[in-house]
Amino acid sequence: MARTAVRRRLTWQVATVTDVVDETARTRTIELEVSDWPGHFAGQHLDVRLTAEDGYRAERSYSIASAPGEPVAITVERLDDGEVSPYLTEELRVEDALELRGPIGGYFVWDGADSRPLLLVAGGSGIVPLRAILRHRERSGSGVPVRLLYSSRTLDDVIYRAELAEPPTGVEVVQTLTREQPEGWTGYARRVDPALLGEVAWPSEQMPLAFVCGPTNFVETVASGLVALGYPPARVKTERFGATGGR
Amino acid sequence: MRNSVRVSFISRGFHGRRDDDVDPKRLPPGQYETHDFPVLSAGPTPHTPLEEWTFSIVSGDDRKTWTWDELRAMPSEDVTADIHCVTRWSKFDTSWQGVSVDTLLEEVESDSPYVLAFCDGGYTTNLPLEDVSDGKAWVAYAYDGEPLEAEHGGPARLLVPHLYFWKSAKWVRGLELRDENDPGFWETYGYHSYGDPWREQRYAGD
Amino acid sequence: MEALDGNAIAGLLQDVFGTEMTTAVSVCGHCGDRRPVAELVVYLRAPGTVARCRTCGWVLMVLVEARGLTCVDLNGLAELGSGRPPSVVQS
Repeated sequence: MARTAVRRRLTWQVATVTDVVDETARTRTIELEVSDWPGHFAGQHLDVRLTAEDGYRAERSYSIASAPGEPVAITVERLDDGEVSPYLTEELRVEDALELRGPIGGYFVWDGADSRPLLLVAGGSGIVPLRAILRHRERSGSGVPVRLLYSSRTLDDVIYRAELAEPPTGVEVVQTLTREQPEGWTGYARRVDPALLGEVAWPSEQMPLAFVCGPTNFVETVASGLVALGYPPARVKTERFGATGGR
Repeated sequence: MRNSVRVSFISRGFHGRRDDDVDPKRLPPGQYETHDFPVLSAGPTPHTPLEEWTFSIVSGDDRKTWTWDELRAMPSEDVTADIHCVTRWSKFDTSWQGVSVDTLLEEVESDSPYVLAFCDGGYTTNLPLEDVSDGKAWVAYAYDGEPLEAEHGGPARLLVPHLYFWKSAKWVRGLELRDENDPGFWETYGYHSYGDPWREQRYAGD
Repeated sequence: MEALDGNAIAGLLQDVFGTEMTTAVSVCGHCGDRRPVAELVVYLRAPGTVARCRTCGWVLMVLVEARGLTCVDLNGLAELGSGRPPSVVQS
């Protein structure tokens, strides 16, 4: 069923939690049943709104972790001083209702139409929308070659670890652990810098398309590094999360 | 009710930031108490080197300027105050050190009834002169016993605790004395010209 | 507080303009910088939301939500092109 999402006013609707999965000690994927969902593109996000009994409200945005056609899911990182993320990662249960609106966003979107090599660069929870892109590529049978560069603090902070350990054909996953590495670690062991990017990124002559997502400082370092490697700025799409991960 | 929205949907188990142990006499309407010190900004944090930093009071063609060392040499005061942000958080018993604006105003002659505070980065805010006089305002350079951090407005910010905290302009570089109450940055975009938290003057027309 | 980008106000802008705006091209009224709204420098959590030019820092958009209404000031922009939202979604 195809429906258009053009010029659609965003309206809040109540979804039901169908599953919660702890990805790491601090992140949880929440799967939702959304009765009036028009479908979404990989890379889009949705807004969540919590309302307390006295009417107090808090709203946050979360990237959609699932591909078009899969049940809507978000992956939330618990921020220690957060207001919404502790509720979503610790209190919310299966069968609870959650108010949301979406899908939102038209820029940080990969629909598979571009056949050039894809470079995905994630810092921390920036992996979430990129994972949706990977799942969409797989489900749609796209043969686009992908390199994913994923920066995390430690191995225990790697979200979707099992999934990324067995990438599908055509997807190369390169990881860097910036704070602590396990014995025998063969990936990178430092923050992403221009030299690391130079070794991992597709050569600019191949006209690749890059998606960079994570904390603001991370995105700025990577985006300027890719432009320095010859990527046209219009071929580097960026999405900045707050330093602490949320928006 | 915290706000006047009638809601039909409540998130089970969500309590927001409510703190039930607050002394209601200290909390203006619509506020909640925080123990954090949230950082809010409309632009990047400026970093003016202290050797270039000055504070001025401008009245027409008259200008009195202090360098950083000159400002630090002025008599200073320790101030403890409750502060109230228009985004609804209030923080009690915050402690500051700074120079009273009265002390600085003594050096300038003026009949102008209003001031416009101006800052690094272009931020401005307007106030009546009497609201930065008579012990109601300071140029503050220390918070909680330490030099004021850049993200909180350091090296110095205006401190006017009886009004909403957007009036306590961060990165302040001076006060312009004015005959008209021309709106500053947030006032131009719809915030209240005066900003009394006890009368809940958040937006123009409140 | 660190700045975000226009993606962070995609929902707010869609609310206000009735359509996807992050792919719309903004032109800075001060320096002429041209880029999608998604790439503007955005400061949230202030008394209002401020979007600035990534090249020169000029204030391009200010959005203030007051009493249930969102007031938008676009005076800093020389131009704002209409967004091109994703066309068809298949599910």
